[in-house]
Amino acid sequence: MKMIAAKEIVLTYKEDHKRDRYLIVPIIIRKQIERLMEVSYPDEGVGFFYGDEKDNYRIIKRILPVNNAKDGDKRKRFEIDPRDYLQAERHAVEWGLSMIGIYHSHPNHPAIPSVHDLKLAVPYFSYVILSIVNGIAQDWTSWRLDEDVKLFEQENLVL
Amino acid sequence: MAKIIIPTPLRKFTGNQATIATNGRTIREAIFDLTNQHPDLRNHLLDATGQIRSFVRIFVGDDDILSLDKEETRVADSSIVSIVPAIAGG
Repeated sequence: MKMIAAKEIVLTYKEDHKRDRYLIVPIIIRKQIERLMEVSYPDEGVGFFYGDEKDNYRIIKRILPVNNAKDGDKRKRFEIDPRDYLQAERHAVEWGLSMIGIYHSHPNHPAIPSVHDLKLAVPYFSYVILSIVNGIAQDWTSWRLDEDVKLFEQENLVL
Repeated sequence: MAKIIIPTPLRKFTGNQATIATNGRTIREAIFDLTNQHPDLRNHLLDATGQIRSFVRIFVGDDDILSLDKEETRVADSSIVSIVPAIAGG
């Protein structure tokens, strides 16, 4: 396996909490995201997803791949161009869906949020992380920021 | 009054309103008015000195204020201002 420098190991999520939130990923969406992230490998791929929300449940209905605009090592970092974000918000209005989160990949790294994921995390969004190992999609996880303690809380994924 | 479009992640701090009408002749004044109307936004948009945080980008129409007059960019009643949070990680 091609080794890429490890991400900094810092606790970025709450270890003990009641996981009472759910993110539902229909199979067709799952396949789309996995394919896109495998094609992006060895760089980190990224995109937004849109859908509906009721109580503690969210369901993804549409995705929007965006360019990883990181000026630097795209294998370890991603960045979204502000103009792409602006367009992504406009799509939500156009499609009549709620913008509910961001997916990105961790090439040859576990699907655990890094300190860099935490540093600029925003409230409300679900953060889906896919581990892509040697170009093949492996694990999925999803997280939401707890602003009070500045740590991620894991969501239950329904794949 | 210029209209400020609130990005989805921050709408919980505006009672879920996506667009807020603000007073002010410049971006600085409009954002200040916005955070007065919705104080919970303040920490997300402004640093301890009251300046707009560096990782918050602001557009007037399709123009980034960094390419205009930054926080002194003038806004009109017809201006549509968009707040864009930095989205990055890895």
